[in-house]
Amino acid sequence: MATSSPTRDVYAPPPPGSQRKPADTRRQTWRSRLWRFDDKASPYAYIAPFFLVFGAFGLYPLIYTGWIALHRVEMTGLDRMEWVGWENFDKILHDSEFWTAVTNTFLIGVMSTVPQLLVALGLAHLLNYKLRASTFWRTIILTPYATSVASAALVFALVFRADGGLLNWVLEFVGLGDTNWANGHWTSKIAISVIVIWRWTGYNTLIYLAAMQAVPSDLYEAASLDGASRWQQFLKVTIPSLRPTILFTIVISTIGSMQLFGEPLLLEGGKLGAIGGNENQYETLSIYLFNYGWNLGHLGPAAAVAWAMLALLLLIAAVNWLIGRFVRKSAV
Amino acid sequence: MRITRTAAGRSRRVAVLATTGLTATALLLTGCSSDSDDSDSAGADANGKITLTVADFGQFGYKEAGLFEKYHELHPNITVKEETTAKEEDYYPKLLQQLNAGSGLADVQGLEVGRIKELVDTKADQFADLSKVIDVNEWVSWKAKQATTADGKVIGAGTDIGPMSLCYNTELFKKAGLPTDRKEVAAKISGGWEDYLKLGEEFKKSAPAKTYFMDSASAMFNAVVSSNPKQYYDESGKAIYKDSPSVKQGWNLSAEAADKGLTEGLAQFGDPWKAALRKSTVATVVCPAWMAGQISIAAGDANKGKWDITTAPGSAAANWGGSFLGVPKSGKNVEEAGKLVKWLTAPEQQAAVFKAIGVFPSNKGAYDLADVKGATLPYFSDAPIGQIYADEAKSIPEAVIGPKDAAIKEAISTQINNMEQRGTKPDKAWDAATEKIDKVIG
Repeated sequence: MATSSPTRDVYAPPPPGSQRKPADTRRQTWRSRLWRFDDKASPYAYIAPFFLVFGAFGLYPLIYTGWIALHRVEMTGLDRMEWVGWENFDKILHDSEFWTAVTNTFLIGVMSTVPQLLVALGLAHLLNYKLRASTFWRTIILTPYATSVASAALVFALVFRADGGLLNWVLEFVGLGDTNWANGHWTSKIAISVIVIWRWTGYNTLIYLAAMQAVPSDLYEAASLDGASRWQQFLKVTIPSLRPTILFTIVISTIGSMQLFGEPLLLEGGKLGAIGGNENQYETLSIYLFNYGWNLGHLGPAAAVAWAMLALLLLIAAVNWLIGRFVRKSAV
Repeated sequence: MRITRTAAGRSRRVAVLATTGLTATALLLTGCSSDSDDSDSAGADANGKITLTVADFGQFGYKEAGLFEKYHELHPNITVKEETTAKEEDYYPKLLQQLNAGSGLADVQGLEVGRIKELVDTKADQFADLSKVIDVNEWVSWKAKQATTADGKVIGAGTDIGPMSLCYNTELFKKAGLPTDRKEVAAKISGGWEDYLKLGEEFKKSAPAKTYFMDSASAMFNAVVSSNPKQYYDESGKAIYKDSPSVKQGWNLSAEAADKGLTEGLAQFGDPWKAALRKSTVATVVCPAWMAGQISIAAGDANKGKWDITTAPGSAAANWGGSFLGVPKSGKNVEEAGKLVKWLTAPEQQAAVFKAIGVFPSNKGAYDLADVKGATLPYFSDAPIGQIYADEAKSIPEAVIGPKDAAIKEAISTQINNMEQRGTKPDKAWDAATEKIDKVIG
């Protein structure tokens, strides 16, 4: 890098009052201007593709959704938009089904995220030991993540089926009787959480594992010299070093559970899946949005739901940030 | 140093140009792709060969009756491809999206009767006017009206209708000590749907354990409402379902059936429903003409001959269901598609479909054909379905249909199912249904 500063000087504009010939100066300034332009503009050109794509597929839909949320738009006539102001937001906020969906999303989110992250942490800790065929185990751990939502949900739908499902068969075999999983308020949420946990635990495990391997080994050595057991090492060394990673996985899981769609939709499938069960017992916000827009055909309220979901995410992010700040402060 | 610097600068500029160029090309390519997609499926190629696509849902029966191959034999330059979506509730939103985008549509699109009013009201200008291709006077009169706009445009050709009957499991009837002869069964329920419930109580008294009189009370609800000219909307297009006598009657009967435990409370066409038919746990299924085919598929060959068909309770004829074939204007072969639709809905072809899967013709010309008139269903103990349905089809009342009929039915069915399955109190279920329907009507 030391060489770059003298070369840069060659292209710098001549200092005022230099004794060069006018034509040469003009050429020099034109070239140097071009260089400067290049220097300044090309970084923007490099990142332009991202912003173009983001603008077309991220920002524009976001803003347009907000615009639709303020209108009456029907699936049967997208070209006819009628301004209604905040009416759509008013409508969904006074809809009991919306609040059911909010509660369901929150409950399923907690029920799937908390066990998932705890199990992932434990698994990562196990994988962090010197193991025979460690790559094999790490690959195995990640396989559920590689399956598609649809296939995972369909397989689990068979497991949880009321009539001849695998789980009920086992339960009946051990004499616990059978349960109509999708029908109950709690059982349906448990079923969905199980699908989510199954799919995402491996993914989080690998993230934790990567973070654990970045923890300096002398910390562990020092701890073991001090007589700390494995469990104490995990609690006093691993967990504190992983704090930012844990926060990251919580944020990612929160966003993920907010978008929960395929698992509940396919648990029963068909008409019941599209409304999240006969009493909306497992209807999440995404399903509510989908149902409002695509089955009922009212796109205005559906767009309002999308914005309400964004607002909820921002709210959760703010709470997260506050907790994070509190944790950092208390750690000092 | 200067040389390397220049070289780096040039290559960088090249890179910038390349990136912008690539992005632009990518954007252009994605922008264009939707146009280039259409050309390979539609439109005549160099040899004058045409491929017509037909998008439909559920079971239209053309494949089963071998009609597309036959059309290809009659018109060697035309090949017909069918894309079937299993469930209508998945099919319709997709159709609306395609109509909005004006692309992705097939040359012929199936349209369900519960949606036809909405399409007539909002999307008529996107469908070819079939009144010039087809003589709508050939159909039962109300069928034509359903697909006709205020200014006389016909957006869909009538395929089938659903005259109502009652399918029953003779084996279960025998076990419960009920008559199995179709005339005797018809006589027992001739007084209407109340009689049907009474028969159900009689059945329950001595029926084998874990068997039910009916599969689903919401099916009975649909049948009750269907036999009435006044359903969910009035002539002016106002939703009147809250005060509609037929809705009230259907709802009360459903609540009673649920309360007395006469129904297994299955969502029709779902896996548990199919399993119930396979295992013969339901004794009766309210049977619009197209339902017979569904039952025989679900119950399977093992139950062949165990079922029979008789006339529906009461004397009022009812129609449940029935579809149309529409030709979107945006297609590249609108004229050829129109000819195909005309052929598919002509009496002979409708009769062939009826023979194949029991979907009943809407074209009156078909009623006198031997395939319809003398039709019997071997699966259903050789029930004379041609006679049962043709008699009824002539007296079906002209019902007012509304834009959201399908969605209203669905909302009410869900709540009836809650009464059957979860013991939800009728008042609470009705409130939930109306709340949902108000949202549907929006």
